[in-house]
Amino acid sequence: MSRVDVKKTYKLYIGGKFPRSESGRSYEVYAAPSGRSRSTAPRFLANAAQGSRKDARDAVTAARAAQPGWAGATAYNRGQVLYRVAEVMESRRPQLVQEVRDAEGLSPAAAEAVVSQAIDRWVWYAGWSDKYVQILGGLNPVAGPYFNISASEPTGVVAVLAPQESSLLGLVSVIAPVIVSGNAVVVVTSAERPLPAITLAECLATSDVPGGVVNVISGRAAEIAPWLASHRDVNAIDLTGAAGAEGVDWATLEEASADNLKRVLRPGGSGAEAVEPDWTATPDLSRLTAFLETKTVWHPKGR
Amino acid sequence: MPTFEYAPAPESRAVVDLQSSYGLFINGEFVDGSGTGFKSISPATEEVLAEVSEATDADVDAAVRAARTAYTRVWSRMSGTDRGKYLYRIARILQERAREFAVLESLDNGKPIKESRDIDIPLAAAHFFYNAGWADKLEYASLGTNPRPHGVVGQIIPWNFPMLMLAWKIAPALATGNTVVLKPAETTPLTALLFAEVCQQADLPPGVVNIVTGAGPTGQAIVDHAGIDKLAFTGSTGVGKMIARAISGTRKKATLELGGKAANIVFDDAPIDQAVEGIVNGIFFNQGHVCCAGSRLLVQESIASEVESRLKRRLGTLRVGDPLDKNTDVGAINSRAQLDRIVALTDAGEGEGATRWDNGCELPSKGFWFRPTVFTGVTQTHRIAQEEIFGPVLSVLTFRTPQEAVAKANNTPYGLSAGIWTEKGSRILWMADQLKAGVVWANTFNQFDPTSPFGGYKESGYGREGGRHGLEPYVKTGA
Amino acid sequence: MSTSTDLPVAAATDATARARDLLGVTRLTNQALTRWLHGLPGVDQVGCEARAAGLGTRSIKTTSKQWAIDLAISMIDLTTLEGADTKGRVRGLAAKALLPDPSDLSTPRPAAVCVYGDMVETAKAALGDSGVKVAAVATAFPSGRASMAVKLADTKDAVKAGADEIDMVIDRGAFLSGDYLTVFNQIAAVKQVCGDARLKVIMETGELVTYDNVRRASWLSMLAGGDFIKTSTGKIQPAATLPVTLIMLEAVRDWRDLTNRQVGVKPAGGIKTSKDAIKFLVTVSEIAGEDWLDNHWFRFGASSLLNDLLLQRQRMSTGAYSGGSYIADDSPSTAY
Repeated sequence: MSRVDVKKTYKLYIGGKFPRSESGRSYEVYAAPSGRSRSTAPRFLANAAQGSRKDARDAVTAARAAQPGWAGATAYNRGQVLYRVAEVMESRRPQLVQEVRDAEGLSPAAAEAVVSQAIDRWVWYAGWSDKYVQILGGLNPVAGPYFNISASEPTGVVAVLAPQESSLLGLVSVIAPVIVSGNAVVVVTSAERPLPAITLAECLATSDVPGGVVNVISGRAAEIAPWLASHRDVNAIDLTGAAGAEGVDWATLEEASADNLKRVLRPGGSGAEAVEPDWTATPDLSRLTAFLETKTVWHPKGR
Repeated sequence: MPTFEYAPAPESRAVVDLQSSYGLFINGEFVDGSGTGFKSISPATEEVLAEVSEATDADVDAAVRAARTAYTRVWSRMSGTDRGKYLYRIARILQERAREFAVLESLDNGKPIKESRDIDIPLAAAHFFYNAGWADKLEYASLGTNPRPHGVVGQIIPWNFPMLMLAWKIAPALATGNTVVLKPAETTPLTALLFAEVCQQADLPPGVVNIVTGAGPTGQAIVDHAGIDKLAFTGSTGVGKMIARAISGTRKKATLELGGKAANIVFDDAPIDQAVEGIVNGIFFNQGHVCCAGSRLLVQESIASEVESRLKRRLGTLRVGDPLDKNTDVGAINSRAQLDRIVALTDAGEGEGATRWDNGCELPSKGFWFRPTVFTGVTQTHRIAQEEIFGPVLSVLTFRTPQEAVAKANNTPYGLSAGIWTEKGSRILWMADQLKAGVVWANTFNQFDPTSPFGGYKESGYGREGGRHGLEPYVKTGA
Repeated sequence: MSTSTDLPVAAATDATARARDLLGVTRLTNQALTRWLHGLPGVDQVGCEARAAGLGTRSIKTTSKQWAIDLAISMIDLTTLEGADTKGRVRGLAAKALLPDPSDLSTPRPAAVCVYGDMVETAKAALGDSGVKVAAVATAFPSGRASMAVKLADTKDAVKAGADEIDMVIDRGAFLSGDYLTVFNQIAAVKQVCGDARLKVIMETGELVTYDNVRRASWLSMLAGGDFIKTSTGKIQPAATLPVTLIMLEAVRDWRDLTNRQVGVKPAGGIKTSKDAIKFLVTVSEIAGEDWLDNHWFRFGASSLLNDLLLQRQRMSTGAYSGGSYIADDSPSTAY
């Protein structure tokens, strides 16, 4: 007789803690239909916390509090912390593979590949931590007796709508480039596929990522995103996850973001259409640079 | 012994050949606009300088179409080397005609000739020189793979540095292979129209640069035009937000260079005489019509009274008056509307309990003028410490510790620039790290250079202009 | 810290007492002086030079220019400091001072004739009671490398011969090695033997190199009792630059604010043209203020400057450009 296993409760991740939604709500998460199961009834996976406006608010507060310390850590240190996330994910690989399989309806091999890429993506971004500033900034040869240098800085608190389809690789691909530079992030997970995000949060919580640097809210973007877009203490917003998100109009979110001139990363696609990118493609620096500010410092040179 | 009165030393106006009216510059030619014309006046005398066309939606459409045709047929096909050579030509012509541009700028804008002559126009030429060299080197600029232009760029510039802002906008746009529809501010259109002549003299292919004059509705037409791929705007934060809203849900890119309320922070170990100069330069340069002006002086409490008295003594030597006089330090306020705003905010400052002082200089009877003014006893909650006055008005606040200075400096929705004055190197670097501002001047202020990126954090906008970074908003990259 | 011991015991008790009072110390030590001088605000070179350059762009026209030219002439210390100086040459210089432009008798006279100590008598005799002063360089000018006894004897000798003003040099070696007390004591001692003669303290700013040093040397010289602070001997480049003079003008301005005592400023060396001279006057006016626009408080140490000012003066009165043949000069000088 097989053992009765212990099921996990999937909660939010805010300020380094795993609270339930302040709203007390949860919603049922089902496995994505795949090969054999296509004809059968959806398989229940878990009750995920259904994040609310106030959860988003709390997450922004936590992110704002954590951001200066994270940005103030050395780049070397941030790189190690990101690399540590990859290590912890590797150690939880079977769980992640299973959750990605369930979430995305993938074959075991395909799910393995996705998890491998997700882990490798952390490694890729971790390595950038102490390099992008050198690539993007430097000494400017001004026509006068001045030392003049430009360097990148994180923009602050970034709200991210995580991809709806790619529950782990896509998620990692939008979080890592934001935090590697010292931003803090509030992520709204895929609505239908939130479970890998919560497990990722558990990896983050055990990887020396300071509490509040990454905050994960499962739930419906249509409900939460407008509050993040209009939130005046959020510096930037990534609308990538608007693609395929039920009831989400990215134009409206961008318009609301104008109120405090958030930096907006529009969703993929052309025209009004929003398309989720191919996350298996090799990334470039654009997701990292989208959430950077350039600071230029002048000083006279004299005796 | 008589006092040392400098006799008037006016720069000659003869170098400028003003026409009575100007059309729009579309597809390489001056054409009549279809809107009702408006007058550009000299703010120093209220004399009408010229009648200028107002571009309607149809005119803007014609300009955008000319730019698109030029982009598709000529500019996007031209080698970077040749694009660069056109920019070099423009730079040279600007140098050759520098005095003419300077005089016209001072006439139309009201700024002192020594600023237009020594700063605005030489820097404008320098921006063309700098960007010219990039035109055939974009793949070396670390912009990403396969850098290529957006297409047609709409550019809307302010009245405080008309030619310089034109150069900041047009030079990188053309270097990266875009074509341009530019709207100068309605109170200062004349140097942009003179620049159109420069484009003709340089044989720039028709339609690569189009200049449309007009006010808000003309700007709106550019922002809303479906044929515009990218916008670049310098101006108020209010209008910047309107633009950001207007393009939301589209694929138009935008660079926004907006307002500021910079803190100029003076520590007790500052090089005091240079700090006083930096304070003066920070807020009275260009009549304070500078988005990055050091409008909030944060001075360490222990030296506040000393700095105040040195500052006031220095302000006593500022010469306010005829913008064309070579000895003028502070010129005319750009417009009646701007003067009204300055008056309203300074009245509010007084009403809220700050102490007002001005240098008591005589002001001309005609035109728009405002005395260099200092408010002491200002706190962060006063409107004059929060709102951008955009005039020759300094608010003085005090602090006790570096932490407090940083907190006060950052306590604003803006984040364009900041100043630090101290002889302690490590403190400069610490402060520079902490300040949320796109440009930090340490032991100097209001320095600009084509190689140096400029732009703000937070509500001061996004994107950078100048330097390698200034190319970035004008290209798309990747597959 | 080393302090020099070869000074007369009586030296400069007044200056020392005043300095103690100002510094708030019971004993004037080198440490106390160092703390005080190093507590002065620093000078940012780039900012200072930018300010000077800005003042240099002032455009002075018509009546103001005429006024400035006459003022500049009246501020000149007409100088010859050559090993080859003779009594004849000094008499020629004195004659030039008395009648700078024989074609225009309204031309003002320079403030003084500046010579080596052995020529004081000759200069004094030639100038008589004309009001043109005789200034003598002293204290082992230009290097200052001699014993204190020699420096004091040099000074006394010049004063005795009738010098109205003494231009001394500071010990730059002592200054640069941080021995401010020695510099102080030497100035104070020289001041004491000057009697009624006004003491100009040459700091040789070209050897001090940094503007911070110029500021400190200025304050030290004023503290020790100098009546004037002067840039240079004219034997070392750079000599009287506008930024250095600007810093000295800030120093005398701030010194008067602090002590209520006015000290003069004398840039010397390298100022050759009317255009240059006017830039200096603009700087005097805007930095120190009107009170210094008087030859009692501001001088130019120069020789060829006078002739250029005369050329400009003639140009303004006749409307035509003038030339060297119209500038009468007994001994056209090539000294700095």
